[in-house]
Amino acid sequence: MVNLVTKLGELTLKNPVLTASGTFGYGLEYEDFVDLSRLGGFVVKGTTLEHREGNPYPRMAETPSGMLNAVGLQNKGVDYFIGHIWPRIASVDSQVIVNVSGKSIDDYAATAEKLAAIDGIRAIELNISCPNVKQGGMAFGTTCDGAASVVEAVRKAWPRHLMVKLSPNVTSITDIALAVEAAGADSVSLINTLLGMAVDIERRRPVLSTVTGGLSGPAVKPVAVRMVWQVAKAVKIPVVGLGGICSAADALEFIMAGASAIQIGTANFIDPAVTVKVIDGIADWCDRHGVSDISEIRGII
Amino acid sequence: MTLRVDFVNRLKGGLLHIGLTPEGDERLPEMLPGQFVEVAVDKAHVLLNRPFSIFNCTDRLLELLVKPLGRASEALGSYEPGDSIRVIAPLGHGFTLAPEGSRVLLIGGGVGIAPLLYLARTLNGRGIRPVIVYGERTVPDAALCARLSEVADLQICTDDGSAGFHGFVTQHPALTEGSYDLLQVCGPAVMMKNVARIARGKGLDAEYSLENKMACGLGACLCCVENTTTGNRCVCTDGPVFKADELPW
Repeated sequence: MVNLVTKLGELTLKNPVLTASGTFGYGLEYEDFVDLSRLGGFVVKGTTLEHREGNPYPRMAETPSGMLNAVGLQNKGVDYFIGHIWPRIASVDSQVIVNVSGKSIDDYAATAEKLAAIDGIRAIELNISCPNVKQGGMAFGTTCDGAASVVEAVRKAWPRHLMVKLSPNVTSITDIALAVEAAGADSVSLINTLLGMAVDIERRRPVLSTVTGGLSGPAVKPVAVRMVWQVAKAVKIPVVGLGGICSAADALEFIMAGASAIQIGTANFIDPAVTVKVIDGIADWCDRHGVSDISEIRGII
Repeated sequence: MTLRVDFVNRLKGGLLHIGLTPEGDERLPEMLPGQFVEVAVDKAHVLLNRPFSIFNCTDRLLELLVKPLGRASEALGSYEPGDSIRVIAPLGHGFTLAPEGSRVLLIGGGVGIAPLLYLARTLNGRGIRPVIVYGERTVPDAALCARLSEVADLQICTDDGSAGFHGFVTQHPALTEGSYDLLQVCGPAVMMKNVARIARGKGLDAEYSLENKMACGLGACLCCVENTTTGNRCVCTDGPVFKADELPW
């Protein structure tokens, strides 16, 4: 049986399969379908300092092999998470990674500081790449200076594993990755959604209330694999790959391209049990190909 | 779960009546009136599952009533008996079941009639025979009306006057003149908002079943939110049925 244990710096995962933020709720939504303790970890919904109502409906449009969303970080704020949600997931034998977003650098740091008080949260994922909010989000993640300044501030407030989620909506994602590595990130996850748009020609209106939204799903996978491959070649910290992963074969593509771990996002909406199928599928592939440790195939491209 | 297509019938007005059954001697889970299912319509080559109301169900047969309006719902018409189809069910919170002795009015607009048959049938089990006001553009399917008549006092209204009452459901005397303990409504948003205005004016207790576009059906993606009196809430898990005082209509 293959050894799937994956180290992201100091953070140990029982396997390389995580869920992507915003696609798996707080894990609890999937308990009827998935034994959460089987997962390498799950990244919970984007959490902000204050409660956020998100964007108006409609927030979603299906597109060829993908979907656009414009949820806009709806969540009840970090205090609610700590008080009401964390106690319900703290005992899950898996890594809970909290995705953190903010309107300002101070917001990010304050949210991270509150989470730092909870020892059971071993990692946060810094969202500097949300395309669906007017302030913060992607605004920080599209310049090297902006990205570095958020990471530096959070690095001072957060003592454990710091994953930084990168936007693909940039000229050179490698430059951004190098900037956040230099600023103290322990790993990078990529890609967040690609900025997209759809028009309802009958109504002669944009489909989404916000006009533009984030594209995810199989449509973005080749772009994501390419970016993971480029970034993995450039940085020394681990790379977590995501973008359209629906199967073990998809996950293995990312791992061979250089990803230490992967996240499954949109596919959770289609098959709520997809995560465990991917874990089992990776193990099966490795066994069939005589791979005894997942690290043997990591970054071989 | 994977189910087998038992039948696909085309009804008047292009509606599809679909029967799905579990494999072998397996049983379907208990489903409540107003809950819904997510269906993976693989033949349509679309990404996301599609949500549909539960038209009727037993532990061996799940019936759907679908109006083909897009690629996925149209492709459902091409399924044949024996085809397998992946379904997530049941999902969401359904209708309140009125206590015995209640006077209940159900209003369905177009394919919004879909969840009301099973609701009426379940109410029959409590000794309640509800009134159903079913609004369509033109004369509705006879077999569908016959089934509704088995479980309720069926009042049809048509936009063109070709059957029953000539006018909208909001003009039907069953609503404008009747008195009820509970009103339960499913249909186009504009219809439901007009019913809500009348119901509030008459002081009638009411519930509305919504059908916002959704991705997951599990309360994870937060795409299907409705602006409620307590903020944006998921239609898939907090609904699809909402009480009148939860909606700012």
